[in-house]
Formats: sequence, C-alpha cells, structure tokens
Amino acid sequence: MRPGIPGCSLSDKKMLSRFLERQTIGQKQALTAWLFLLIPILFYVIIRFYPTFEAFFVSTLKWNLLGKQKFIGFKNYIKLFEDEEFWLVLINTFKYALIGVPISLLFSFLIAYYLNEITFGHETIRALYFIPFLTTAVAMAWVWRWLYQPVPIGYFNIILSWFGIAQQPFLKSLDQALYSIMAPAVWAGLGFQIIIYLAGIRAIPQSHFEASSIDGAGRIQVLREIILPALRPTILFLVVISTIGFLRIFDQVYSMSADSAGGPLNSTKPLVLMIYEAAFDEFKMGYAAALTVVLFLILLVISLLQLSLMRRWTR
Amino acid sequence: MITPILFMLSTSFKEGAEVYSLTIFPEKPTLVNYLFILGESKFIIWTVNSLIIAVLSTFSVLFFDGLVGYTLAKFSFRGREIVFIAILSTLMIPTEMLIIPWYMMSRTFGWLDTYWGIAFPGLMTGFGTFLMRQFFMNLPDELIDAARMDGWSEFAIWLRIAMPLVIPALSALAIFHFLGNWTAFIWPLIVTNDPDLYTIPVGIASFNGEFQSDWEIVMTASCLATIPTLFVFIFLQKFIIKGIMLAGLKG
Repeated sequence: MRPGIPGCSLSDKKMLSRFLERQTIGQKQALTAWLFLLIPILFYVIIRFYPTFEAFFVSTLKWNLLGKQKFIGFKNYIKLFEDEEFWLVLINTFKYALIGVPISLLFSFLIAYYLNEITFGHETIRALYFIPFLTTAVAMAWVWRWLYQPVPIGYFNIILSWFGIAQQPFLKSLDQALYSIMAPAVWAGLGFQIIIYLAGIRAIPQSHFEASSIDGAGRIQVLREIILPALRPTILFLVVISTIGFLRIFDQVYSMSADSAGGPLNSTKPLVLMIYEAAFDEFKMGYAAALTVVLFLILLVISLLQLSLMRRWTR
Repeated sequence: MITPILFMLSTSFKEGAEVYSLTIFPEKPTLVNYLFILGESKFIIWTVNSLIIAVLSTFSVLFFDGLVGYTLAKFSFRGREIVFIAILSTLMIPTEMLIIPWYMMSRTFGWLDTYWGIAFPGLMTGFGTFLMRQFFMNLPDELIDAARMDGWSEFAIWLRIAMPLVIPALSALAIFHFLGNWTAFIWPLIVTNDPDLYTIPVGIASFNGEFQSDWEIVMTASCLATIPTLFVFIFLQKFIIKGIMLAGLKG
C-alpha cells in the first residue's frame, strides 16, 4: 500500500494557499487579470454583444412589442427597399452628411488656420468658439427655432427685412428646412474640430516652416505643400467622426422640425428619427430593427474605409 | 459664433414686449422667468436626475475603464488580445442599433423609469478603455514590480499607484463622459415616461406643447441647461482642451 498522499489531510484553506503558492508568477497574474475582467466581460456580453445579435434577430421578426413574435426572414428588408419613405429618409440622411461635413470642416479649418496665427487673446477666442460644443442640442434647438420665426419674432427674418429681402419660411419650407436644421448642427461641432485642427497644426515641426521661408515660399504654398499634407491624418479623423455624427443626426431634427418630427412632409427626417418612430410610435419592432441594421452597415463601411486609408498612408 | 447663446442669455432676463426687441442688454432685467421655471416646472427635479446619473456613470466609467485598461496594458495572459479586440469592436456598433434590445431588456426587468435604466448602457465604454490602455502602456513596469516586492496587492497597486499617475487621462475621460451624459437625449427619451425621471434634455423637449409661444420661458430653461456645463468649462478649460487633443491624437 502506498502511503497517504500528503496534503489530503490539510484543511481546505491550507490547500488553497498551497495551490496559490504552487502557481507561477505568470499563472497568478493571469488569475488576477481574469478576476479584474470578470464584471466588465459580463457587462460587455450582456449590454453590448448580446443586444447586437438580438438586433439582427429582431430584424427578422414581425412583432409589435406586445403580441406574438412571428419569424418572417428577410421580409422586413424587402419591405424596406420598397418603402418610398425609406429612400427619402436615406437621401435626407446623406444630404446632412455630404453637405454638412465639407461645410463644417472647411469653416473650422479656416478658423483654426487664422486662430493659429493670432497670438494675442488666442485662448479666449478659442474658448468662445468652443462653447457651442458644450451646449445641449435640445436646448440650442429652441434658440435656433426662435431665430427662424417670422417677423416680429425671428431675428433672421428681422435682419432680412432691414435689407428689404423677402421673408423666408426656413423651418416651414420643403426646400429650406433641412439646411435650417443642419446649421445648428454644423455650428455646434465647429469648436471640437477647430481644437483638433489646432493640435494638428501645432504638431508640425517648426523646422518645416523655417525651411520653406528660406526657400521664399508664399502663404498659399506653405498651406498647400506643408500644412495640408501634414494634416492628412487629422483631416481623415475629422471627416470620419463628423460623417458618422451627421449620419446619426437626431436631437436637432426631433426638436426643431415643423409640423411633426421630421416635417414638413418628411423633408428633414433622417434615418435615426425613422428608427425612433417605427419602434416607439408605431411599435413595428422588426421593421425598426432592420433599419438599425442598415445604419450599422453604412457606418461599418465608413469605418473600414478609414482603416484602409490609414494603413495605406502609414505604410 | 456665440451670438445665439448671447440672445438666449439676454432673453431669459426679459419679459413682456421686450422679449421681441433685438437688444442684448435688457432695459428692465427681471428674474421672473427663472422664478417661474424653478417654481412651476419640474426643472429642479430634472437637474437632480441629470446630475445623479451623470456623476454615477462617470465614476463607473473611470473605475471600470481604468481597471480594464490597466489589466489589458500591464498583465500578460492568454486571451488578452481577444478581450481587447472584442472591447474595441464595440466601438463599431452604433447606439441606435442597441436601443431596441435595451428597451426590451428594460421592459422585462422593470428598468423603465428608473435611474439604473437610464444609466446602464453607459457604465463602461470601449473608447475609455482604449484611451486608458494607451496611457497605462507608457507606465514603467519597474514601478509595479517594486510595489509587488513590497507585498502590495494587485488591486492596491492599480488603485494607489497606477491610477494617480494617469490623472490627466482620467480627467479628460471624466469630462468627456460627463458632458456626453449631460446632453444625452435619445436613450433617456425612450426609457423614461414619468416626468419625475426626465433628464434635462428630455424635460426641455417636453416643453414643446406646453410653452410653445412663451419664448422667454423656453430660453430661460435652455440657459439653465447650459450654465452648469459653462461653469465646468470655465474652471477646467485647460483640461478639456488638452483632453480633446489627447483623445484626437490617440483615437
């Protein structure tokens, strides 16, 4: 008979401490790491990954939230492609992005470029431009809505009337409403973009500028040959961030549009507002989920484009 | 640039016919609008709600994003890369896609119209984890090893040695998260039905029907919503701008 295995007679506590002693430093580290990650992993699985799959799953259902779920495969997507409102909304959404992004990036670049040359009161001016970024979109929407009112209330129309220009309907017009809502969104984002641009311009080594001044390069040349090429990663970052921001526009439209949200006649309605209405006004959960999948795919393509461009540039 | 904000500010001190004059400085400044908002609406409750949720959620993000960022930067273990990539990949998922499942979840577990329901989606963030990991990677290992030699527990090393060394990154993350939470709209709009649980943006949006033509009242409410963030900005200006630059460069 073999003698008893030493250790068996020890109490559990001693066994545990002995088990820990026998671990290598590497194993101990791994144990601690997983312990630290336990709650976060649970969080990401339950609050991020599971809902992502659930969104795909719900998009294959016909379901009004209260009744029975009925599996209908890809029918929601087929319905979506036949829905005229969807195409109108998709065009609106891209209008916000394709017009809003270039305008805001151009404005913020020009401001940053000149701000960079101002030395006196530089920080105060920068702060003033930054303040709109801190405001609540919903609160500012009210201010802008007021500015757009007809005479004698709205300041924009009052100012137009001084110059004898006809009154503009702004938010009530099919042609102007989308741009009237885009304006405060552009306005609110400028401060952030200016600061990122300034950080980018500041990061250009001073020697580059000195070399070009020896060569006798003019302002435009310095801008074209030194500043803009050096800012390429910064510009890419801002293009992607603000494109995603405009494609997801919601707060301003919800709080500003005339008649009903997204009005007049859906002319300002973006994708996220359509999702909101489909899910929480009409309770077409499956249809709304299909719309979110479309949004996800659009944003995914943009992110992948950014990644591939970044790779190409850093190589 | 700040003209709309100035109009908002000046109108909040006006009453009667003066509301529609273009003057920046009111002739007869008055506080009636403020008294009305604070007395007649639930604005104070909404402010308390917004504050509680933003503060708790910010602390949660600092704690967990800090802990996870540190673990992913400073421990070596099998599966580390997978965990990191998985967390990073959540950045690709737009909030709007998760809103319907979150709503279903909240309805099942009775989280509708609760603080927890408003706050739970933002208790940890992929962005914050990524940012903190970047900063912890620059921390010298010797420091951590020395503390281990002295018999410190791993948790104490993280909390008392590593975290204080990345305070600039933590404050940037805190300001970002707080601001994002303070102005968040779509999720609180969906998850709350009871006006007693509205956050400030949802409350202001609910003015839509009630005070539609009382512009001075709405301007005053907008002012009250903006003032706290302006104060935060004035005091923390350097941190905020540095933080945005950091985030912009690292992200």
